[in-house]
Amino acid sequence: MTPAQPALALLVLGPAAVGTLLAFAGTTGGRRTRAAADRAAFPLAVATAAAVLGLAGVVAATRPSASARFLAGAPLGLGVDGLAAVVLVAVAAVVLLVLVFAAADVREARARFAGLMLLFTAAVALTVTATTLPALLLAWEVMGAASYALVGFWWRDETRVGAGTTAFLTTRAGDLGLYLAVAGAVGGGLLGSGTGLRVADLAALPPGWRDVVAGGLLVAALGKAAQLPFSWWLSRAMEGPSPVSALLHSAAMVAMGGYLLLRVEPLLAATGWAATAAAWVGAVTAVALGVVALAQRDLKQLLAASTAAQLGFVVLAAGVGAVTGGTAQLVAHAGVKALLFLVAGAWLTALGTKRLAGLRGAAGIWPLVGGAVIMGGLALAGVPPFALWSTKDAVLHVALETSPALYAVGLLGAALSAAYAGKVLVVVLRRPHGAEQADQVCDVWDDEQPGTREVPRLAQAPLVVLALAALGLAVLGLPPEVGRLAGVLGQEAGAGAGALELAVSGVVAVAALAAVVVAVRADRLPEPAWARAWLGLGAATDAVVRATLRAAEAAARADDGLGRAPAALARGVVGTAGGVGALDDGLDRGVRGAVRGTGGLAGLTTRLDRGVDAAVHGVAGGARRLGAVARSSQSGQLHTYYLQAVVVLGAGGLAFVLYVSLR
Amino acid sequence: MLSLVIFVPLLAAVVLALARGMPDALARWAWVGVSLVEVVLVAVLWGLYETPEPGGLAFEEQVPWIVGVGISYHVGLDGLSLPLVALTAVVFAACAVYGLREQRRPRTQAALFLFLQTTCLGLFAASDLIVFLLFFDLSIVGMYFAIAGWGHGDARRSALQFFLYTFLGSLVLLLGFIGLYVASGTFDMVEIAADPPLVGAGVTGALVLAAVVVGLAIKTPTVPFHTWLPPAHTDASAVGSAVLAGVLLKMGTYGFVRIAMPMLPDAWRSFAWVVIAVGVVSVVWGALVALAQTDLKRMVAYTSVNHMGYVVVAVGAAGVVGGSDADARALAVTGATTQMVSHGLITGALFLLAGVLRRRAGTYDMGRFGGLAGTAPRFAVLLAVAAFASLGLPGFSGFVAELQIFAGSIAAVPWTAVALVGILLTAALFLRALQRVLTGRTRGESVGFVDVRPSELVAVAPLLLGALLLGVLPGPVLAVIEPAAVTVADLAGR
Repeated sequence: MTPAQPALALLVLGPAAVGTLLAFAGTTGGRRTRAAADRAAFPLAVATAAAVLGLAGVVAATRPSASARFLAGAPLGLGVDGLAAVVLVAVAAVVLLVLVFAAADVREARARFAGLMLLFTAAVALTVTATTLPALLLAWEVMGAASYALVGFWWRDETRVGAGTTAFLTTRAGDLGLYLAVAGAVGGGLLGSGTGLRVADLAALPPGWRDVVAGGLLVAALGKAAQLPFSWWLSRAMEGPSPVSALLHSAAMVAMGGYLLLRVEPLLAATGWAATAAAWVGAVTAVALGVVALAQRDLKQLLAASTAAQLGFVVLAAGVGAVTGGTAQLVAHAGVKALLFLVAGAWLTALGTKRLAGLRGAAGIWPLVGGAVIMGGLALAGVPPFALWSTKDAVLHVALETSPALYAVGLLGAALSAAYAGKVLVVVLRRPHGAEQADQVCDVWDDEQPGTREVPRLAQAPLVVLALAALGLAVLGLPPEVGRLAGVLGQEAGAGAGALELAVSGVVAVAALAAVVVAVRADRLPEPAWARAWLGLGAATDAVVRATLRAAEAAARADDGLGRAPAALARGVVGTAGGVGALDDGLDRGVRGAVRGTGGLAGLTTRLDRGVDAAVHGVAGGARRLGAVARSSQSGQLHTYYLQAVVVLGAGGLAFVLYVSLR
Repeated sequence: MLSLVIFVPLLAAVVLALARGMPDALARWAWVGVSLVEVVLVAVLWGLYETPEPGGLAFEEQVPWIVGVGISYHVGLDGLSLPLVALTAVVFAACAVYGLREQRRPRTQAALFLFLQTTCLGLFAASDLIVFLLFFDLSIVGMYFAIAGWGHGDARRSALQFFLYTFLGSLVLLLGFIGLYVASGTFDMVEIAADPPLVGAGVTGALVLAAVVVGLAIKTPTVPFHTWLPPAHTDASAVGSAVLAGVLLKMGTYGFVRIAMPMLPDAWRSFAWVVIAVGVVSVVWGALVALAQTDLKRMVAYTSVNHMGYVVVAVGAAGVVGGSDADARALAVTGATTQMVSHGLITGALFLLAGVLRRRAGTYDMGRFGGLAGTAPRFAVLLAVAAFASLGLPGFSGFVAELQIFAGSIAAVPWTAVALVGILLTAALFLRALQRVLTGRTRGESVGFVDVRPSELVAVAPLLLGALLLGVLPGPVLAVIEPAAVTVADLAGR
């Protein structure tokens, strides 16, 4: 064991243990335990998250790997390579910042909240470091379950719990692909290979099984990344607490879908079709969900749609082999989107609304929050010199080499990013209606919950850090850092976009932003209903759910009919035996009838009341006589003796039943 | 040693049954005591267990019984039976603890369940077909009384239906056993498996297999023989349901791996596709019907059809030799055996929790609860954990079982991937159930609901902890199961 292996294990087990403890203490403890747990929750959780960040740094530097026995020939493998190192540090940083924010923002059931967040963090840490398919699948689904509990955190509101259910079921539908992938790897012979079901070996599978595995992983990743056609769950997930959105829908959960595809990029490329499919699904999602985002009137809904759209660039990157650009985009988006969700959360708590109409001029109320949202908005828009500008171009640069059509669609997606980010910026920066002040109640606020009218300093601190990241992370997509990133990831250098492309996308972004500013000010920004309704994805999901439930009800009715079949069958037997006359529909009578009827067949009905004993003796006597025959015969006939024993046994059973049922 | 483990409960049952004047409290605690002794004894067995030669047995005991027909009291354990023996001890112990609050004839109930425990242990240890069948039938009789005597609702009718149906199954099973005897000249399971009869026997082999499979399928139960299960569970007491689902159903699936596959390999391979089809239909049908249920207990009963369906799929796929490697088939059998243990633990816990609902509110109707997490947070956590375990969440035993089943089955027979939809449907139905019962405004029967009592917690929590342990550290258990699974897969592939 190398010294770094405990760090790797602790990275996963540490938050898992602390999280479990907090979650249990906060729910099942007595009144005092719960109160104590709620008080200790955030100090403990923030300390754990800080430790996780430290451990992430350690393992990023030392790159350990470890393995634990799980299934025969398929251990749980953990390891840190360049990709894992970069993503792990980014995730850990966002977790820490979000928890600091949540310490100021979450007021009830703090222990349960912090505990679930840490459990979720453990699952993400394992997802990022998983080197074998069982480890990946394990982490992947626990992550889904934790997200269910977090989205449905306010369980007294059934709508929110339903949102958690939608998230879990949609992503689990995708997860079936992962189960299929494990099966494909076993079918391809990886189980007996001695190395276990390693993710890195998947690209070398024989064709056929390789396609199964690639298809399965692709579906699973698209589900988690909320790409088309799975995007709807992300909209529902906005009903969860804002810090949850800030973590799950920026750096983790959805990002893990993109991460998985980057990790298996060689597999996608090996099949050919899977890479093409990923590239196009990503590009189309970037555009379609970009349109959806532009049409939203709710800040969190807009950010959710933009999350799917921005991850579209990561998925596109995996499809075209732009692993460096995709990773840069993943990390930059994590920072930018965490910032914007935290701002949305801070305003929701303070102003009681997340409707854009209610947030008009909100940027002016708390200057630090306002500054942060400007930085984040410009970064999301892809305006130079902010983060997503350069990282997106690092992806599009490679897409251009693959297919000009992809590049064009991607550029349209980039323009839409600028448009929806611009919509947010122009609304929150507009002069407020009238002369509202932070301490005055305003009729456009508090439509969702009573606002506190304050953003505590503790909640503002993470915003500052993330705002700086929204600017600084731009280096990931620019020379020379992009080259160094490629080196860390083990990719070919020179993945950065050229100056011309950077200039083109910068101009496109600024132009789109300007156009939206003008359109919003003139109140002429189109918000088509189909785009506001997430392209009808919600209606489609509801239709699927309704159809499934109808099928279930039909099946249940059919099953009840099946349950009556034995009775009907028995009635038939009785009918042929002619033992009993008119019979009732009920199962009870049917069963009793069956007993009587079968008894009739055995010639027992006539003296039923007093004859049970006699019948048993009679049959037993018969069996004895037959047994005597059997004993006198040769050994080959002994089974006939046993057959008679069956008759005795059967008759005895019937007699017993008669006795019980007629008693 | 093994016979001691098997018959200690019977001995205690006789004592309890005869001790008419025994105070109820003493009888309850006596049951707990004996069941804990059993847990300890089984733990000792597990500690002493060494994997026997392929086809051999550990702790083997053989006493001639009916010499003329080659019937002997022959018992022993291997990697397929030891986990089930351990499961039996654990589930019965949980039931004993849960029974500490039983008010209705606790002494008789304790005696009955100890008797049942002997029949279950005896069946899993049996190495002679007649001994197997004897325990099989006795378990049916015992369970009849458990449902009829301590059930509720229309218990007597449900018990009768259960009895008629499964007893009929045992008769069909007996026909199959006689067929095996006629063909091989012995009832000894080790001998028959070592030299399987009816290889290349065509129709005869098919008929014998059909009898064995139908007999076991009724007990398992698979679609279309499952209709006795929902009423039996709905009307049985909590401990009755826990034992019925947790242990008795396993007799059917255990029979597949212990009898049908190794003793009739030729016919098994020929008809593996039928078994797979029945399994896939059970998986999907069970889950779909469960989704429509409004009665929590009935819903859990139908999920048993679904969960046992995975086992049937796996044992069927393990019989498809062409085009698949032995690793995949052995993986499927390992998964099937793991699933039996896993389902026993998790469903046992779910039925005991359903029993808590009935104790408090007299109903299992999910529509009459809501927001229960507010008044009974511990119950809510237990139910949520059990539900997630049952829907196959990683970290619990069901995941270990189902992952192996799917990986092995799909690798051997790709179209079994259809069964994957089962884990999506179970997720949907359990989340719906949790939402109905636990979340939302506290209303209906949830108002004033008393949270789980210590004895209920002590009964349920160990089952879930067992599922957790098996889910996180499956190594020690799989190390026991895997060699036996490889043997069965090899035997079926001969």
